Amino acid sequence: MRFDLPSPTPRAAALRDEVREFLAGRDWSPAVRARSWMGFDRAFSREVGAQGWIGMVWPREYGGHERNGLERNVVLEEMLAVGAPVAAHWIGDRQSGPLILRLASEAQKRAILPRIAAGEVSFCIGLSEPDSGSDLASLRTKAERTAEGWRLNGRKIWTTNAHLSDYMIALVRTSAAPEGGSRHAGLSQVLIDLSLPGITIRPIRDLLGEEGFNEVTFDDVALPADALLGQEGAGWAQATSELAFERSGPDRILSSLPALTAAMDVLPASAEVAVGRLVARLATLRNMSLSVVGMLEAGAEPGREAALVKDAGNSFEQALPETIRGLLEPEDMPPDVRALLHDLTQLAPTFSLRGGTREILRGIIARELGLR
Amino acid sequence: MIQIVLDQVERLLAAHPGVKGIEAGEWPEELWEALEGLGLPLLLVPEELGGIGLGWGDAAEVWRVVGRHGAPAPVGECMLANGLLAAVGIEPRGGFTSLGAPTPFGRFAAQLLGEGGLYAVGAVTTGINIAREPRDVVVPGPLLAAGGSNQRGLRLGLALLRAAQMAGAAQHALDLAVDWANTRKQFGRALGKFQAIQQQLAVVASEVAAMGVAVAAAGRAVDARGLEGAAFEIGCAKIIAGEGAQTTAATVHQVFAAIGITEDHELHHTTRRLWSWRDEGGSERFWAAEIGRAALARGGANLWPDITGRDFP
Repeated sequence: MRFDLPSPTPRAAALRDEVREFLAGRDWSPAVRARSWMGFDRAFSREVGAQGWIGMVWPREYGGHERNGLERNVVLEEMLAVGAPVAAHWIGDRQSGPLILRLASEAQKRAILPRIAAGEVSFCIGLSEPDSGSDLASLRTKAERTAEGWRLNGRKIWTTNAHLSDYMIALVRTSAAPEGGSRHAGLSQVLIDLSLPGITIRPIRDLLGEEGFNEVTFDDVALPADALLGQEGAGWAQATSELAFERSGPDRILSSLPALTAAMDVLPASAEVAVGRLVARLATLRNMSLSVVGMLEAGAEPGREAALVKDAGNSFEQALPETIRGLLEPEDMPPDVRALLHDLTQLAPTFSLRGGTREILRGIIARELGLR
Repeated sequence: MIQIVLDQVERLLAAHPGVKGIEAGEWPEELWEALEGLGLPLLLVPEELGGIGLGWGDAAEVWRVVGRHGAPAPVGECMLANGLLAAVGIEPRGGFTSLGAPTPFGRFAAQLLGEGGLYAVGAVTTGINIAREPRDVVVPGPLLAAGGSNQRGLRLGLALLRAAQMAGAAQHALDLAVDWANTRKQFGRALGKFQAIQQQLAVVASEVAAMGVAVAAAGRAVDARGLEGAAFEIGCAKIIAGEGAQTTAATVHQVFAAIGITEDHELHHTTRRLWSWRDEGGSERFWAAEIGRAALARGGANLWPDITGRDFP
């Protein structure tokens, strides 16, 4: 694995100032800042879209802005650094939009991409099922060909913000895995309009007492023929090729940064060594993430590097609230810091689950090392 | 250019018998002559002063290679001393120039870059670090040339040197451990087939990657802003390298088990260097205090702007 540092461009620096100006003075509550890219705020996403900061790297004809990946990364970093509620456009911008751009029909591209870029429509990701978690290839949701298109049956679970989303891109089985062959064969990606009949979305209350993720049931849902994204049976390769984008970004490093910046103003001088270690780790993780962004921009496929950055980033964002807690007695914390830690403590376990568990990521790294 | 240098250094060090000689207190005369033959001590010295004129980022790359081989000669120290001298227009002298206190290989030094300038070597009291590398107390002799160093510059340069060497040494330790895990069999299969081993070595790989990135960022920052202007990046590199050194050393010893702690096994030459080098040029604690103090003084609102603001020289 290599992690070369990309050269920052002056254009990206100017953009950073623009984004900061846009975000200045917004007074989000600790609850919003603690959730950031899990926090759904349609009005805010529309504002971001109006700035031209969603779908930044897509072609203009599909509502994009033809900027580069490093510029896009500037926007992501600045949003997350202040804990902006970006969930309503996050998945569409990061994952679903690029997939549609690459694999969907011309009509679908024209119909959907400009609305993602405007912050108008939201996506969720249909991977996990009740019996398929880390062992994703064992999934059983099934799409069968019909005269008009596809008939979808099955169930997805832990689908973040499905109850607020317009579309899901799901990995489903379109044919049985060959006897004795790869379980990855026969899987396909489908684009699902969540307003179709036969779809039941049941929010699942989480340990914070909130409804963030869902169980989505498909009962004889009739999908049009063009719901199939890309090639039938190539879903596994298609889905995993997107993982470098999903796993390497600042959303895997900065989740609890608002707690650090809030706490720094009240930490005692004796916290300086602990703070210095956090700052060094943060700056280094950011450079590692930038390195992957640079590789993606150059057309490389840094899937394993991305897995490493996510694992290291998750460990950092997970440890950060605990470190602060070790530096400041809870009764001495200002309400803002206490509220951030209150939520982040409960959210932190998800950091090393979402987008691939720590164990799966370390397995990928181990394989790259030549173990296994 | 740098790639050619790196290849040459790699070839030279790969052919050398290793670090047992210096751990026994011998001067690696043959290797030193070969390194001088490559012009390596003058890598950071501009061409007009008779050097090669490469940058600090390049030097850090060389130091990583040197560290991966256990630094069988104090070439990094000499590169650094000559680079600091050249930066103030002083032409470096031939032979081994050491620097710092305690002084690496002071007993073998032709001259010493100390506080305020280049000195002859006076009385030497010998000592060693955990790696059994010579770390001597040297009384400076007469001043040979004024300038080229101050305590801050020496500390910054030494911190970058040791961080880079640790990045290389940790990579070597990881390579050894992966090789061992794929070879050694227990319960009828290679250690590397056990998830418990895989997961631990994956963490080491992550630390090694972080060390490399932090060192590269520091080297680039020195090229852009000079040593003083790159104190943040150098400090980050020394912190990350020091933390990674401990994680790496502890984990590879766990993977090797008893054989790895024997004198006959090669592993300890690497792990004892990781433990030694993290203490030199300012420990993690030293640099974290400096960075943390500055960050706290600037306040939380400035943290992210300050980090991202360093993207541009």
